[in-house]
Amino acid sequence: MTLMPNEFRRHNRRGFLGLIGAGLALVAQPAWALDTDEARALIEKSLNEVYTVINSGQPPAQMFKAFEAIFARYADVDIIARSALGPAARQAGAAGFAAYKQAFQGYIGRKYGKRFREFIGSEIEVTGARPVKSFYAVTSVAYLKGRSPMEVEWHVSDKSGQSRYFNIIIEGVNMLASERAEIGAMLARRKGDIAALTADLQQAG
Amino acid sequence: MIARYHLIAFFAAALAGGCSADRDGDGIHDPYEPMNRKVHAFNRAVDSRVVKPLSSGVSGKDGKGIGSHVVEAAGNFGSNLALPGTAVNHLLQGKPAPAVRTTFRFLVNSTLGFAGLLDPAGKDFALPEEDTDFGQTLAAWGVGEGAYLELPLIGPSTERDAVGRVVDLVIDPMRGWLNRDQYLIGMGARAASKAGERGRFSDSVDSILYESADSYAQTRLIWLQHRRHELGEEGENIDPYAE
Repeated sequence: MTLMPNEFRRHNRRGFLGLIGAGLALVAQPAWALDTDEARALIEKSLNEVYTVINSGQPPAQMFKAFEAIFARYADVDIIARSALGPAARQAGAAGFAAYKQAFQGYIGRKYGKRFREFIGSEIEVTGARPVKSFYAVTSVAYLKGRSPMEVEWHVSDKSGQSRYFNIIIEGVNMLASERAEIGAMLARRKGDIAALTADLQQAG
Repeated sequence: MIARYHLIAFFAAALAGGCSADRDGDGIHDPYEPMNRKVHAFNRAVDSRVVKPLSSGVSGKDGKGIGSHVVEAAGNFGSNLALPGTAVNHLLQGKPAPAVRTTFRFLVNSTLGFAGLLDPAGKDFALPEEDTDFGQTLAAWGVGEGAYLELPLIGPSTERDAVGRVVDLVIDPMRGWLNRDQYLIGMGARAASKAGERGRFSDSVDSILYESADSYAQTRLIWLQHRRHELGEEGENIDPYAE
Protein backbone atom coordinates (compact mmCIF):
# COMPACT_ATOMS: atom_id res chain seq x y z
CA MET A 1 0.00 0.00 0.00
CA THR A 2 1.39 3.33 -1.02
CA LEU A 3 0.69 6.55 0.74
CA MET A 4 -0.78 9.32 -1.42
CA PRO A 5 1.41 12.43 -1.28
CA ASN A 6 -1.51 14.54 -0.15
CA GLU A 7 -2.41 12.26 2.67
CA PHE A 8 1.17 12.03 3.76
CA ARG A 9 1.47 15.78 3.99
CA ARG A 10 -1.67 16.06 6.13
CA HIS A 11 -0.41 13.38 8.46
CA ASN A 12 2.86 15.07 8.86
CA ARG A 13 1.33 18.44 9.52
CA ARG A 14 -0.96 17.09 12.20
CA GLY A 15 1.99 15.44 13.87
CA PHE A 16 3.93 18.69 13.82
CA LEU A 17 1.02 20.67 15.25
CA GLY A 18 0.54 18.00 17.86
CA LEU A 19 4.15 18.39 18.91
CA ILE A 20 3.79 22.15 19.21
CA GLY A 21 0.67 21.65 21.27
CA ALA A 22 2.43 19.23 23.61
CA GLY A 23 5.32 21.67 23.96
CA LEU A 24 2.98 24.51 24.86
CA ALA A 25 1.25 22.33 27.42
CA LEU A 26 4.63 21.54 28.95
CA VAL A 27 5.54 25.21 29.16
CA ALA A 28 2.19 26.17 30.67
CA GLN A 29 2.12 23.35 33.22
CA PRO A 30 5.43 22.54 34.86
CA ALA A 31 5.88 19.18 36.58
CA TRP A 32 4.61 20.48 39.97
CA ALA A 33 1.67 22.25 38.37
CA LEU A 34 -1.01 23.21 40.83
CA ASP A 35 -4.66 22.87 39.99
CA THR A 36 -7.89 23.58 41.85
CA ASP A 37 -8.14 20.00 43.18
CA GLU A 38 -4.62 20.06 44.49
CA ALA A 39 -5.03 23.49 46.10
CA ARG A 40 -8.20 22.30 47.74
CA ALA A 41 -6.59 19.07 48.96
CA LEU A 42 -3.71 21.04 50.50
CA ILE A 43 -6.08 23.18 52.57
CA GLU A 44 -8.23 20.20 53.61
CA LYS A 45 -5.16 18.31 54.75
CA SER A 46 -3.78 21.21 56.78
CA LEU A 47 -7.19 21.88 58.36
CA ASN A 48 -7.47 18.23 59.39
CA GLU A 49 -4.13 18.49 61.14
CA VAL A 50 -5.15 21.73 62.87
CA TYR A 51 -8.36 20.15 64.19
CA THR A 52 -6.48 17.07 65.38
CA VAL A 53 -4.37 19.41 67.54
CA ILE A 54 -7.38 21.45 68.74
CA ASN A 55 -9.21 18.30 69.80
CA SER A 56 -6.14 16.69 71.38
CA GLY A 57 -6.57 18.58 74.65
CA GLN A 58 -2.81 19.13 75.03
CA PRO A 59 -1.57 22.02 77.16
CA PRO A 60 -1.61 25.32 75.20
CA ALA A 61 2.19 25.62 75.01
CA GLN A 62 2.42 22.25 73.24
CA MET A 63 -0.48 23.17 70.97
CA PHE A 64 1.30 26.34 69.85
CA LYS A 65 4.39 24.29 68.91
CA ALA A 66 2.17 21.90 66.92
CA PHE A 67 0.40 24.80 65.16
CA GLU A 68 3.78 26.30 64.27
CA ALA A 69 4.88 22.98 62.73
CA ILE A 70 1.68 22.77 60.66
CA PHE A 71 2.15 26.39 59.52
CA ALA A 72 5.75 25.62 58.48
CA ARG A 73 4.59 22.53 56.58
CA TYR A 74 1.70 24.00 54.59
CA ALA A 75 2.39 27.75 54.35
CA ASP A 76 5.11 29.50 52.37
CA VAL A 77 6.66 30.98 55.51
CA ASP A 78 9.50 32.56 53.54
CA ILE A 79 7.28 34.73 51.34
CA ILE A 80 4.88 35.58 54.21
CA ALA A 81 7.74 36.66 56.49
CA ARG A 82 9.40 38.57 53.64
CA SER A 83 6.19 40.34 52.67
CA ALA A 84 5.37 41.21 56.30
CA LEU A 85 8.81 42.81 56.71
CA GLY A 86 8.37 44.86 53.53
CA PRO A 87 11.28 46.76 51.90
CA ALA A 88 13.46 46.15 54.99
CA ALA A 89 13.70 42.48 53.94
CA ARG A 90 16.01 43.52 51.09
CA GLN A 91 18.43 45.25 53.45
CA ALA A 92 18.60 42.33 55.88
CA GLY A 93 21.54 39.95 55.44
CA ALA A 94 20.86 36.25 54.85
CA ALA A 95 21.58 35.28 58.47
CA GLY A 96 19.58 38.22 59.84
CA PHE A 97 16.61 37.35 57.67
CA ALA A 98 16.78 33.65 58.57
CA ALA A 99 16.71 34.49 62.30
CA TYR A 100 13.82 36.90 61.77
CA LYS A 101 11.92 34.28 59.74
CA GLN A 102 12.37 31.66 62.46
CA ALA A 103 11.10 34.10 65.13
CA PHE A 104 8.21 35.14 62.89
CA GLN A 105 7.13 31.52 62.45
CA GLY A 106 6.99 30.98 66.22
CA TYR A 107 5.12 34.27 66.70
CA ILE A 108 2.45 33.22 64.17
CA GLY A 109 2.07 29.82 65.85
CA ARG A 110 1.45 31.47 69.23
CA LYS A 111 -0.61 34.44 68.07
CA TYR A 112 -3.11 32.53 65.96
CA GLY A 113 -2.84 29.39 68.09
CA LYS A 114 -4.06 31.36 71.11
CA ARG A 115 -7.44 31.68 69.49
CA PHE A 116 -7.94 27.92 69.37
CA ARG A 117 -10.66 28.13 72.05
CA GLU A 118 -12.97 29.89 69.59
CA PHE A 119 -12.63 26.85 67.32
CA ILE A 120 -13.45 24.14 69.87
CA GLY A 121 -16.59 22.36 68.67
CA SER A 122 -16.44 24.18 65.32
CA GLU A 123 -16.22 22.87 61.79
CA ILE A 124 -14.67 24.24 58.62
CA GLU A 125 -16.01 23.07 55.28
CA VAL A 126 -13.98 23.61 52.11
CA THR A 127 -16.50 24.80 49.53
CA GLY A 128 -14.50 25.39 46.37
CA ALA A 129 -11.35 26.48 44.59
CA ARG A 130 -10.76 28.81 41.65
CA PRO A 131 -7.78 30.27 39.82
CA VAL A 132 -7.07 33.98 40.55
CA LYS A 133 -4.44 35.62 38.35
CA SER A 134 -1.27 33.71 39.18
CA PHE A 135 -2.55 31.68 42.14
CA TYR A 136 -5.52 29.72 43.47
CA ALA A 137 -8.15 30.79 45.97
CA VAL A 138 -9.66 28.02 48.09
CA THR A 139 -12.91 29.03 49.72
CA SER A 140 -14.23 27.59 52.97
CA VAL A 141 -16.91 28.30 55.54
CA ALA A 142 -16.22 28.12 59.27
CA TYR A 143 -19.13 27.20 61.52
CA LEU A 144 -18.32 28.48 65.01
CA LYS A 145 -20.63 27.88 67.94
CA GLY A 146 -23.21 30.62 68.42
CA ARG A 147 -21.94 32.70 65.55
CA SER A 148 -23.07 33.14 61.97
CA PRO A 149 -20.94 31.19 59.45
CA MET A 150 -17.68 32.90 58.47
CA GLU A 151 -16.11 32.94 55.02
CA VAL A 152 -12.46 31.93 55.07
CA GLU A 153 -10.42 32.15 51.87
CA TRP A 154 -6.94 30.64 51.40
CA HIS A 155 -4.54 31.78 48.71
CA VAL A 156 -2.35 28.97 47.39
CA SER A 157 0.63 29.23 45.06
CA ASP A 158 3.37 26.94 43.74
CA LYS A 159 5.76 29.79 42.96
CA SER A 160 8.10 28.63 45.70
CA GLY A 161 8.48 25.30 43.89
CA GLN A 162 6.02 23.61 46.22
CA SER A 163 2.29 24.10 46.71
CA ARG A 164 1.84 26.29 49.76
CA TYR A 165 -0.69 28.83 51.02
CA PHE A 166 0.53 32.38 51.53
CA ASN A 167 -2.52 34.27 52.76
CA ILE A 168 -5.72 33.68 54.73
CA ILE A 169 -8.67 36.06 54.42
CA ILE A 170 -11.32 35.76 57.13
CA GLU A 171 -14.51 37.70 56.38
CA GLY A 172 -12.49 40.16 54.35
CA VAL A 173 -9.72 40.51 56.95
CA ASN A 174 -6.43 39.83 55.24
CA MET A 175 -3.76 38.14 57.37
CA LEU A 176 -0.87 39.33 55.19
CA ALA A 177 -2.07 42.95 55.26
CA SER A 178 -2.58 42.84 59.00
CA GLU A 179 0.87 41.31 59.64
CA ARG A 180 2.46 43.92 57.38
CA ALA A 181 0.93 46.64 59.56
CA GLU A 182 1.91 44.84 62.76
CA ILE A 183 5.51 43.96 61.80
CA GLY A 184 5.86 47.46 60.33
CA ALA A 185 4.81 49.00 63.66
CA MET A 186 7.16 46.70 65.61
CA LEU A 187 10.05 47.57 63.30
CA ALA A 188 9.32 51.31 63.59
CA ARG A 189 9.35 50.99 67.38
CA ARG A 190 12.88 49.56 67.07
CA LYS A 191 13.85 52.29 64.57
CA GLY A 192 14.44 49.76 61.78
CA ASP A 193 16.73 47.41 63.73
CA ILE A 194 15.85 43.92 62.45
CA ALA A 195 17.84 42.10 65.15
CA ALA A 196 15.89 43.96 67.85
CA LEU A 197 12.63 43.19 66.02
CA THR A 198 13.62 39.50 65.93
CA ALA A 199 14.21 39.52 69.70
CA ASP A 200 10.79 41.17 70.25
CA LEU A 201 9.10 38.61 67.99
CA GLN A 202 10.51 35.75 70.07
CA GLN A 203 8.45 37.09 72.98
CA ALA A 204 5.40 38.33 71.05
CA GLY A 205 2.26 36.50 70.02
CA MET B 1 -42.42 60.84 58.63
CA ILE B 2 -42.05 63.04 55.56
CA ALA B 3 -39.84 65.40 57.53
CA ARG B 4 -37.66 62.42 58.44
CA TYR B 5 -37.10 61.44 54.85
CA HIS B 6 -36.28 65.03 53.97
CA LEU B 7 -33.65 64.85 56.66
CA ILE B 8 -32.20 61.72 55.07
CA ALA B 9 -32.11 63.35 51.66
CA PHE B 10 -30.27 66.28 53.22
CA PHE B 11 -27.71 64.02 54.89
CA ALA B 12 -27.21 62.01 51.74
CA ALA B 13 -26.63 65.14 49.68
CA ALA B 14 -24.23 66.53 52.27
CA LEU B 15 -22.33 63.24 52.30
CA ALA B 16 -22.14 62.89 48.56
CA GLY B 17 -20.43 66.27 48.52
CA GLY B 18 -18.31 65.84 51.63
CA CYS B 19 -17.13 62.25 51.42
CA SER B 20 -15.62 62.18 48.01
CA ALA B 21 -12.03 62.35 49.28
CA ASP B 22 -9.72 59.74 47.85
CA ARG B 23 -8.24 56.89 49.81
CA ASP B 24 -4.50 56.89 50.27
CA GLY B 25 -2.25 54.30 48.63
CA ASP B 26 -2.89 51.73 51.34
CA GLY B 27 -6.66 52.04 50.97
CA ILE B 28 -7.01 54.01 54.20
CA HIS B 29 -8.19 57.62 54.34
CA ASP B 30 -7.58 58.93 57.84
CA PRO B 31 -7.15 62.72 57.92
CA TYR B 32 -8.44 62.84 61.54
CA GLU B 33 -5.79 60.41 62.78
CA PRO B 34 -4.51 62.56 65.72
CA MET B 35 -8.04 63.01 67.08
CA ASN B 36 -8.95 59.38 66.35
CA ARG B 37 -5.90 58.18 68.26
CA LYS B 38 -7.01 60.14 71.33
CA VAL B 39 -10.48 58.61 71.12
CA HIS B 40 -8.87 55.19 70.67
CA ALA B 41 -6.84 55.63 73.88
CA PHE B 42 -10.06 56.60 75.68
CA ASN B 43 -11.98 53.61 74.29
CA ARG B 44 -9.17 51.28 75.25
CA ALA B 45 -9.17 52.62 78.81
CA VAL B 46 -12.95 52.15 79.03
CA ASP B 47 -12.58 48.61 77.73
CA SER B 48 -9.85 47.61 80.16
CA ARG B 49 -11.49 49.23 83.22
CA VAL B 50 -15.20 48.60 82.59
CA VAL B 51 -16.22 46.47 79.62
CA LYS B 52 -13.61 43.72 79.87
CA PRO B 53 -14.05 43.03 83.63
CA LEU B 54 -17.84 43.13 83.23
CA SER B 55 -17.97 40.89 80.19
CA SER B 56 -15.59 38.27 81.56
CA GLY B 57 -17.81 38.08 84.63
CA VAL B 58 -20.97 37.62 82.58
CA SER B 59 -19.87 35.03 80.05
CA GLY B 60 -17.27 32.48 81.02
CA LYS B 61 -14.41 31.84 78.62
CA ASP B 62 -15.83 28.49 77.53
CA GLY B 63 -19.19 30.12 76.70
CA LYS B 64 -21.07 27.89 79.13
CA GLY B 65 -22.89 28.55 82.38
CA ILE B 66 -26.03 30.48 83.21
CA GLY B 67 -24.47 33.85 82.36
CA SER B 68 -24.08 33.04 78.69
CA HIS B 69 -27.75 32.00 78.40
CA VAL B 70 -28.85 35.32 79.88
CA VAL B 71 -26.55 37.15 77.46
CA GLU B 72 -27.94 35.16 74.53
CA ALA B 73 -31.54 35.96 75.50
CA ALA B 74 -30.69 39.64 75.99
CA GLY B 75 -28.97 39.67 72.63
CA ASN B 76 -31.95 37.99 70.94
CA PHE B 77 -34.31 40.46 72.58
CA GLY B 78 -32.27 43.49 71.55
CA SER B 79 -31.62 42.38 67.99
CA ASN B 80 -35.28 41.48 67.51
CA LEU B 81 -36.18 45.11 68.26
CA ALA B 82 -33.72 46.21 65.58
CA LEU B 83 -35.45 44.15 62.86
CA PRO B 84 -38.07 46.73 61.74
CA GLY B 85 -35.28 49.26 61.14
CA THR B 86 -33.35 46.59 59.24
CA ALA B 87 -36.38 45.87 57.04
CA VAL B 88 -36.72 49.59 56.26
CA ASN B 89 -33.08 49.69 55.14
CA HIS B 90 -33.50 46.61 52.92
CA LEU B 91 -36.40 48.44 51.26
CA LEU B 92 -34.38 51.65 50.88
CA GLN B 93 -31.68 49.59 49.16
CA GLY B 94 -34.32 48.32 46.72
CA LYS B 95 -34.25 44.75 48.08
CA PRO B 96 -37.85 43.72 48.88
CA ALA B 97 -37.10 39.99 49.41
CA PRO B 98 -34.86 40.38 52.48
CA ALA B 99 -37.21 43.12 53.73
CA VAL B 100 -40.10 40.63 53.66
CA ARG B 101 -38.02 37.86 55.29
CA THR B 102 -36.87 40.27 58.00
CA THR B 103 -40.48 41.28 58.66
CA PHE B 104 -41.52 37.62 59.00
CA ARG B 105 -38.57 37.00 61.28
CA PHE B 106 -39.73 39.88 63.47
CA LEU B 107 -43.33 38.60 63.59
CA VAL B 108 -42.31 35.00 64.40
CA ASN B 109 -39.79 35.90 67.09
CA SER B 110 -42.03 38.53 68.68
CA THR B 111 -44.83 35.97 69.13
CA LEU B 112 -43.52 32.37 69.20
CA GLY B 113 -40.17 33.63 70.49
CA PHE B 114 -41.64 35.35 73.59
CA ALA B 115 -41.06 39.00 72.58
CA GLY B 116 -37.80 38.03 70.92
CA LEU B 117 -36.09 36.31 73.86
CA LEU B 118 -35.82 33.13 71.76
CA ASP B 119 -35.03 32.75 68.09
CA PRO B 120 -37.45 30.18 66.59
CA ALA B 121 -37.41 32.03 63.25
CA GLY B 122 -33.71 31.27 62.78
CA LYS B 123 -33.81 27.79 64.32
CA ASP B 124 -37.05 26.35 62.85
CA PHE B 125 -38.20 28.63 60.01
CA ALA B 126 -34.93 29.17 58.11
CA LEU B 127 -35.21 32.93 58.58
CA PRO B 128 -31.72 33.90 59.80
CA GLU B 129 -30.79 37.46 60.62
CA GLU B 130 -29.95 39.43 57.47
CA ASP B 131 -28.38 42.46 59.02
CA THR B 132 -28.05 45.80 57.33
CA ASP B 133 -28.05 49.46 58.32
CA PHE B 134 -28.33 52.94 56.86
CA GLY B 135 -24.56 53.08 56.34
CA GLN B 136 -25.00 50.23 53.88
CA THR B 137 -27.99 51.98 52.33
CA LEU B 138 -25.82 55.05 51.71
CA ALA B 139 -23.16 52.78 50.15
CA ALA B 140 -25.86 51.26 47.91
CA TRP B 141 -26.87 54.78 46.87
CA GLY B 142 -23.30 55.44 45.78
CA VAL B 143 -22.18 57.64 48.69
CA GLY B 144 -18.43 57.35 49.27
CA GLU B 145 -16.99 55.87 52.47
CA GLY B 146 -15.47 59.14 53.64
CA ALA B 147 -12.77 59.42 56.26
CA TYR B 148 -12.11 56.83 58.95
CA LEU B 149 -13.44 57.75 62.40
CA GLU B 150 -13.10 56.21 65.81
CA LEU B 151 -16.16 57.21 67.83
CA PRO B 152 -16.16 57.41 71.65
CA LEU B 153 -17.66 54.23 73.22
CA ILE B 154 -18.99 53.06 69.83
CA GLY B 155 -15.62 52.37 68.23
CA PRO B 156 -14.44 52.27 64.60
CA SER B 157 -16.59 53.90 61.93
CA THR B 158 -16.39 56.08 58.84
CA GLU B 159 -18.04 59.39 58.00
CA ARG B 160 -20.63 57.50 55.97
CA ASP B 161 -21.33 54.97 58.74
CA ALA B 162 -21.47 57.64 61.46
CA VAL B 163 -24.19 59.48 59.53
CA GLY B 164 -25.86 56.10 58.96
CA ARG B 165 -26.00 55.46 62.70
CA VAL B 166 -27.74 58.79 63.36
CA VAL B 167 -30.22 58.24 60.54
CA ASP B 168 -30.92 54.69 61.81
CA LEU B 169 -32.04 56.17 65.11
CA VAL B 170 -34.30 58.63 63.30
CA ILE B 171 -35.97 56.17 60.92
CA ASP B 172 -36.35 53.29 63.41
CA PRO B 173 -40.10 52.42 63.37
CA MET B 174 -39.80 51.01 66.90
CA ARG B 175 -39.49 54.56 68.22
CA GLY B 176 -43.07 55.15 67.22
CA TRP B 177 -44.35 51.84 68.61
CA LEU B 178 -42.65 51.76 72.00
CA ASN B 179 -42.65 54.29 74.79
CA ARG B 180 -39.36 55.81 75.89
CA ASP B 181 -38.71 53.36 78.75
CA GLN B 182 -39.39 50.32 76.58
CA TYR B 183 -37.10 51.72 73.89
CA LEU B 184 -34.29 52.34 76.38
CA ILE B 185 -34.64 48.79 77.75
CA GLY B 186 -34.22 47.50 74.19
CA MET B 187 -31.08 49.59 73.70
CA GLY B 188 -29.77 48.34 77.05
CA ALA B 189 -30.31 44.74 75.96
CA ARG B 190 -28.31 45.34 72.81
CA ALA B 191 -25.46 46.92 74.77
CA ALA B 192 -25.48 43.97 77.19
CA SER B 193 -25.29 41.50 74.33
CA LYS B 194 -22.35 43.42 72.84
CA ALA B 195 -20.56 43.08 76.19
CA GLY B 196 -21.34 39.37 76.14
CA GLU B 197 -19.84 39.03 72.67
CA ARG B 198 -16.74 40.83 73.86
CA GLY B 199 -16.41 38.13 76.53
CA ARG B 200 -16.89 35.27 74.10
CA PHE B 201 -14.31 36.56 71.65
CA SER B 202 -12.01 37.97 74.31
CA ASP B 203 -8.94 36.20 72.89
CA SER B 204 -9.31 37.99 69.55
CA VAL B 205 -10.22 41.36 71.05
CA ASP B 206 -7.35 41.22 73.55
CA SER B 207 -4.94 40.27 70.80
CA ILE B 208 -5.83 43.39 68.79
CA LEU B 209 -6.30 45.88 71.64
CA TYR B 210 -3.58 44.88 74.10
CA GLU B 211 -0.98 42.74 72.36
CA SER B 212 -0.50 44.71 69.17
CA ALA B 213 2.43 47.09 68.64
CA ASP B 214 0.00 49.71 67.30
CA SER B 215 -3.51 48.77 68.38
CA TYR B 216 -4.97 51.85 66.69
CA ALA B 217 -3.58 50.90 63.27
CA GLN B 218 -4.58 47.23 63.69
CA THR B 219 -8.13 48.12 64.74
CA ARG B 220 -8.48 50.54 61.84
CA LEU B 221 -7.19 48.08 59.26
CA ILE B 222 -9.16 45.07 60.47
CA TRP B 223 -12.38 47.00 60.93
CA LEU B 224 -12.19 48.69 57.50
CA GLN B 225 -11.43 45.42 55.72
CA HIS B 226 -14.29 43.66 57.45
CA ARG B 227 -16.76 46.47 56.84
CA ARG B 228 -15.84 46.71 53.15
CA HIS B 229 -16.30 42.95 52.87
CA GLU B 230 -19.77 43.28 54.44
CA LEU B 231 -20.64 45.96 51.90
CA GLY B 232 -19.32 43.87 49.00
CA GLU B 233 -16.43 46.29 48.34
CA GLU B 234 -13.59 43.80 48.05
CA GLY B 235 -10.02 45.01 48.26
CA GLU B 236 -7.18 44.15 45.90
CA ASN B 237 -5.63 40.72 46.24
CA ILE B 238 -2.07 40.75 47.53
CA ASP B 239 0.38 38.80 45.36
CA PRO B 240 3.63 38.80 47.35
CA TYR B 241 5.41 36.84 44.61
CA ALA B 242 4.91 39.70 42.17
CA GLU B 243 6.55 42.31 44.45
